[in-house]
Amino acid sequence: MARYIIRRLILMVPLIIGITIICFTVIHLAPGSPTDLQTEMNPKVSVEAKERLRALYHLDEPLYVQYWLWVKKLAVLDLGESFSPDHRPVIDKIVERLPITITLNVLSMILIIMVAIPLGVMSAVKQNTLFDRITGVFVFIGFAIPTFWLALLLMIFFGIHLAWLPISGLRSLNYEYLPPGLALWDLVKHLILPVLISAFGGLAGFSRYMRSNMLEVIRQDYITTARAKGLSERVVIFKHALRNALLPVITILGLSLPALIGGSVIFETIFAIPGMGQLFYMAVMSRDYPVVMGILFIGALLTLLGNLIADVSYAVADPRIRVG
Amino acid sequence: MGFDFWERFRRNKMALAGGIVVIVLFIVSFLAPWIAPYDPGAIDLTEVLLAPSVDHLLGTDQLGRDVLSRMIWGARISLKVGFVATGIAIAIGTILGALAGYYGRWVDGVIMRFVDIMLCFPSFFLILAVIAILEPSIWNIMVVIGLTSWMGVTRLVRADFISLKERDFVQSARVIGVSDFRIIFRHILPNAMASVLVAATLGVAGAILTESALSFLGIGVQPPTPSWGNILTAGKDNIDIAWWLSLYPGLAILVTVLGYNLLGEGIRDSLDPRLRD
Repeated sequence: MARYIIRRLILMVPLIIGITIICFTVIHLAPGSPTDLQTEMNPKVSVEAKERLRALYHLDEPLYVQYWLWVKKLAVLDLGESFSPDHRPVIDKIVERLPITITLNVLSMILIIMVAIPLGVMSAVKQNTLFDRITGVFVFIGFAIPTFWLALLLMIFFGIHLAWLPISGLRSLNYEYLPPGLALWDLVKHLILPVLISAFGGLAGFSRYMRSNMLEVIRQDYITTARAKGLSERVVIFKHALRNALLPVITILGLSLPALIGGSVIFETIFAIPGMGQLFYMAVMSRDYPVVMGILFIGALLTLLGNLIADVSYAVADPRIRVG
Repeated sequence: MGFDFWERFRRNKMALAGGIVVIVLFIVSFLAPWIAPYDPGAIDLTEVLLAPSVDHLLGTDQLGRDVLSRMIWGARISLKVGFVATGIAIAIGTILGALAGYYGRWVDGVIMRFVDIMLCFPSFFLILAVIAILEPSIWNIMVVIGLTSWMGVTRLVRADFISLKERDFVQSARVIGVSDFRIIFRHILPNAMASVLVAATLGVAGAILTESALSFLGIGVQPPTPSWGNILTAGKDNIDIAWWLSLYPGLAILVTVLGYNLLGEGIRDSLDPRLRD
């Protein structure tokens, strides 16, 4: 087991190097020099001052030197300082918002698991019945619907017409005056729409995947054997088929992590949730490049981490992987 | 894609529906200058935010422009972005997949590593980051979406090439000395086109979704150029007083993407040898 983990970690190293190279390339796509932002607006800045700025940021050195210096900083998670007026370290800005985004994504994943698995299994067991057909239609719509549009519609319907759910933020304005029970309910009310939107796309794909997985497993010989043994259909489905169909679920969940993280930009912006996605959006709009790069890098790292966890969980669940 | 394919395709109602949607969309966007009732850029501050009526079938936006006309012209933009972006993705993916599948060994290793690295980035983040750095323009959006969606195509083409490489017609071509280039492009690739076609159709759907999301966030197609996504931005800003700005563009996106998805799935089902029973 430990050997498997170590092997996976070693395989991750070239990926991390590749990630840094891509991030570095993206930064250097910017036309002009990074110091232009600090010097352009001031016509009195002398040529010598500009040269000194360039030397300060090592911009006059060859690219591979700049890359090496940058990677050294990345290793200690020094992502530079934000270009916005507060000039705070990028890593601080990200870390204070990361828990919210991670919590939301975890909640989405839980929702996806809780809904998509039963749906997929039922569709497979009742293949080609009305239930299967209707779920199939929902799945197709789920693939095609723009999530931000769904968010708008749900906001209009539940937030404005019915006024059941709040449409922005994580807490109501009177949060501090609420007793603990109501405060928790307030938080839950704020979370319902964002988590639903975040999970929506994944729901469609996941239930379809579960369905095709179950269909494949049901056709296996050992299922026929189980039925021949006289086991009840319930036991056959839930104890034997389901367990085997469930195995790849973990890996697929891990693989859907980048999509979830990327999607958080949209719903966090729409619902005004102070997470990493919203920070990314604001940084993009204000051209705050250090923050943009920092979040890009952290996002890639999170994906890697998610995949690692998924692979290790799969190895824990399926002993065949560990040996191979 | 012989007779068999068309027979199966014809019988697949969903795929036909998708195909009809795609064709109708083409016709609408082609005929935009003639069928749009108003000029999509015609600002009229006396007709701001009017609900749908006989005069303006889908209402007006916050500058008094007719929503229906803007949506018809927006169809052009969406299709343009969808096709060019997917074209770029398919071109890159096919070439890389072919090279990886045909040559194998270290070429395959390097290319697949590259795919793995690119897959580590949430693609939306990458797109946003690059567009933040290069200013948002239609061309930039097309290229960036294309540059972030080629990975799936690469895998598909590579798989096809790996299996086709061992076939007799390839072996005979090599024996008589046909150059690698010719073998890849004139012998193997035409047989791999099935997966590429499916990927391209589904890719257009995805590209349209991505472009609309970018335009919605304000980093895609910039106003005054109409795009379904940026009409929805106005919808969000006027969410309590102009429901029509939020409903119709999204509906258009949904129907379009659904159409392409159904078409792509239909093509895939009609070509899938395993389903022949």
